[in-house]
Amino acid sequence: MSMDLSISRHWRRKYSIYRLQAARCKACGRVHYPPRPACPYCGSRDLELVELPKHGKLVSFTKVYAVPEGARAQSPVYVGLVDLGATKVVAELTDITDQTQPKEGMEVEAVLRRTRVDGEAGLIYYALKFRPAIGVPDV
Amino acid sequence: MAVVGYGHSRFGVRSDVNMAELAWEAIKEALETSGLEPKDIEHVVVANAGGWSSEPLPAVVVAEYAGLTGKPLHRVEAACASGSAAVASAYEAVASGMADIAIAVGIEKMNESPTPTVVEFIGRAGNYFWEFENFGLTFPGYYALYATAYMARYGATEEDLCQVAVKNHYYASMNPKAQFQRKIDLETCMKSRYIAWPVKLYDSSPITDGAAAVVLASEEVAKKLTDSPVWIHSIGAASGTANLSKRDDYSGLKAAQLAALAAYKRAGLEPENTARYFDAAEVHDCFTIAEVMAYEDLGFVRRGEGYKLVREGQTYKGGLIPVNLSGGLKAKGHPIGATGVSMIAELTKQLLHKVEPGRQADIRKGLVIAHNVGGTGHYAYVTILGLEKPKAR
Repeated sequence: MSMDLSISRHWRRKYSIYRLQAARCKACGRVHYPPRPACPYCGSRDLELVELPKHGKLVSFTKVYAVPEGARAQSPVYVGLVDLGATKVVAELTDITDQTQPKEGMEVEAVLRRTRVDGEAGLIYYALKFRPAIGVPDV
Repeated sequence: MAVVGYGHSRFGVRSDVNMAELAWEAIKEALETSGLEPKDIEHVVVANAGGWSSEPLPAVVVAEYAGLTGKPLHRVEAACASGSAAVASAYEAVASGMADIAIAVGIEKMNESPTPTVVEFIGRAGNYFWEFENFGLTFPGYYALYATAYMARYGATEEDLCQVAVKNHYYASMNPKAQFQRKIDLETCMKSRYIAWPVKLYDSSPITDGAAAVVLASEEVAKKLTDSPVWIHSIGAASGTANLSKRDDYSGLKAAQLAALAAYKRAGLEPENTARYFDAAEVHDCFTIAEVMAYEDLGFVRRGEGYKLVREGQTYKGGLIPVNLSGGLKAKGHPIGATGVSMIAELTKQLLHKVEPGRQADIRKGLVIAHNVGGTGHYAYVTILGLEKPKAR
């Protein structure tokens, strides 16, 4: 039951999805992600685009067993809430092994990875995931 | 304003009836317990989250079948708190003087779609593009993020969470309207499969069909209708961000805390150590972690101490405060739109000593509290009911 969402919308979001592009409000200084035309905290439209750090700390995580169609082959998937300092993001976790089980406070870094395949349109979607940090974000 | 009638269908897989018939089971009982006929009702609100069921306009179908056509009518949605939103909307109609008698109906038929569709539909109940589509985060996954954070911060264990399920199944075993009328032991829960670690199958509420209804009346009308009205002392409501990553804290639900503060303020109660005020509570245990957070968000205990209530059995009858004597969402079932109305119907019956022996609370203080959350703290409603008329404000 995938939604018929515009591919061009995905294209327009590419810097947010693939580069973690966020926006900083010049009026109040707060950062939000994904970028919007106005600051969600103070309403100012005086914003500048900034890239979020590709390195952060795990706030919380889960291991999802019932995953959506198109990503079943990767089940179960780890999903984390990652604190990047300026703001937080929800993202899939990857490269989790027995030696690198996620835990609160774990250092993680972004990598570009495949997320799912749209069976009908044949499109392969990619997104940034986070892996236990080895010191070289790969995006 | 008072609750003067209550009705509740049997919860479960209800492929034996259609939506209108299911709703009528609750409406019929609500009319009978209030001594009213459909013509007496002046305002109708129907809660239904919908999407998975056959009727895209459930309110009109339900109203026509129940003989309520012609009255002011609308459907409300506040995700899993839709039922409380319907009660709040009916309350507003009576409080404003628009009507003297209003009915709030909650109805959900989730089994009209296959389970993966329902799971996906609920999974989108956050921020579709940024959480579900890109990251595959399902609804149990949202609560699992809270559970993980809570356990890491306060030292709660998976066993503690499973004890919530054991308690709620115990009380559901005595509730003839519950979906799962059977007890489980700790091992059953602990050995059940993971849905989204640390949330297991038995930590999760089921997919349920069901309906509930309550009739609200103005003070003047309520006194004529019954010598035992149950008074609405306050309804507190609040909301939270769509996207989880925009939140500050992951060991409690801000929206529920705000709703509780609003409800306590309006009812003239102190917001701390609040278990002392109530004979019973119905809280939103869509997942077991949600019940633990509810104890804290409602101020029964301080932050980080909710799981200790479970560990000590303090939320069974005879403990600090009995919680979810209906079996809760976990075992009574969670028909999304019906749940909030079901809580009000259940607590009304608790106050009036109308529930089955074994799960009837001791009513000494005459006050009870309902806590209903929509989404993962996207919406929240806290409702306080009492046997004594609230003091004039």
